[in-house]
Amino acid sequence: MGLHVRLQKRVNGFTLDIEWQISNELAVLFGFSGAGKSMTLQLIAGLIKPDKGQVSLDDTVYFDSSTGINLPPQERPLGYVFQDLALFPHMTVLQNILYGASNLSKNEKLDRAREMIHAFKLTGLEDRYPYEISGGQKQRVAFARALIRQPKVLLLDEPFSALDRPLRLEMRRSLREVRDNFSIPILLVTHDFEEAVAISDRMIVYELGRIAQIGSPERIKGSPVNIYVSQLIACVDSDSVVS
Amino acid sequence: MDDSVLFSVRLSLQVASVSTALIMLTGIPIAYFIARRKFKGRELLDVFCTMPLVLPPTVTGYYLIVLFGRNGLIGRFIYEWTGWTIMFTWYAAVLASYIVALPLMIKTTRAAIESVDKNLINASYTLGHSDFDTALKVILPLAKRGIIAGTVLSFARAMGEFGATLMLAGNLPGRTDTMPIAIYSLAGSGEGTKAQFMVLMMTVISGGFLYFANKYAKRII
Repeated sequence: MGLHVRLQKRVNGFTLDIEWQISNELAVLFGFSGAGKSMTLQLIAGLIKPDKGQVSLDDTVYFDSSTGINLPPQERPLGYVFQDLALFPHMTVLQNILYGASNLSKNEKLDRAREMIHAFKLTGLEDRYPYEISGGQKQRVAFARALIRQPKVLLLDEPFSALDRPLRLEMRRSLREVRDNFSIPILLVTHDFEEAVAISDRMIVYELGRIAQIGSPERIKGSPVNIYVSQLIACVDSDSVVS
Repeated sequence: MDDSVLFSVRLSLQVASVSTALIMLTGIPIAYFIARRKFKGRELLDVFCTMPLVLPPTVTGYYLIVLFGRNGLIGRFIYEWTGWTIMFTWYAAVLASYIVALPLMIKTTRAAIESVDKNLINASYTLGHSDFDTALKVILPLAKRGIIAGTVLSFARAMGEFGATLMLAGNLPGRTDTMPIAIYSLAGSGEGTKAQFMVLMMTVISGGFLYFANKYAKRII
């Protein structure tokens, strides 16, 4: 049960070959840039087609190369928050959030949008355009838009990377609230070890398109499985000391 | 104002408006198709649609006669079925303007569609919206500056169309003499004052239209 992912994809000399499973928890995909973390999210969402493998959530199969099943992204009930947030610049905050509720009736849409606006502290900003609000507010709009359709999995592609430290801490709090309120698998891509330790239930460490280690942040920090993982942690640790 | 001058002004606006409307109806879907669909022969289709931009208008006009003339490949059947031919009617002027100005719409709209952030399109898909819905609500609204620019350029090009129109619609006073054709006739027959008046008018109409469209295009985003 939960989200099960087994994927192979070859692109321009890079090969992604991974398999893991998570339940209703917050899992972090961790590793250096170019390890295949963001690509994994795109493959799960159906934005890129895998060469081989399977993606399934509980009993529903989204992709299976052996049976030829490949649901389009529109039919996969996922919430996806992009690295650059991908808010529609020609739509207001309210319109952006409503756009996420394509599966609901008109009245339901408005009711749900009001709930999301309240939950993500966006009251009063409904008629503003994305360029008229702050970075933190944009993050919250992106979360509200991804969650209004009540997804069964939430995919977050480094959504906090452009924020300064106080905002990152605030967003981590919001994410913990999301984890507590929505009992769904949440996947967060990050290369910030401190962030991974602070919020994740489980870490999946990527090494050049493969899985190096899976476990709790404490376990990975305490007993890294190979020199690559210990280097990765040491590197990130020294990085955060410097910054 | 002289009746014949008034007629030419009205005919030119009419021809440019109708051909621009047809260009919008067909050019936007063609540009979308070329920009968003990866298929064999995509660039060939683009080249085919863009050819009238670089061909001499007389060559384009010649092809149109071969296709739509009374004995043309398509025109022959139209004439057999209806007894009507497009040649030497104002519809021929519309057809010539349409073919010559269409590439401007396709080029600018294609570039505008291709410059829409791919993440925004992917976001729309992950939020449950179909290709068609995404095109209408995300891609085309974000490409609207390019579409407006294409429309304006097409209108201006259609207003100024001369060579292909002359070959297909002829120079029939009171029937097919659009402003550029009337100017050509007037200048040739020594009626300099009328020609000058129409030249100025053409300049003011085209320039004014471009100016307001530019201003509008700046304001909308």
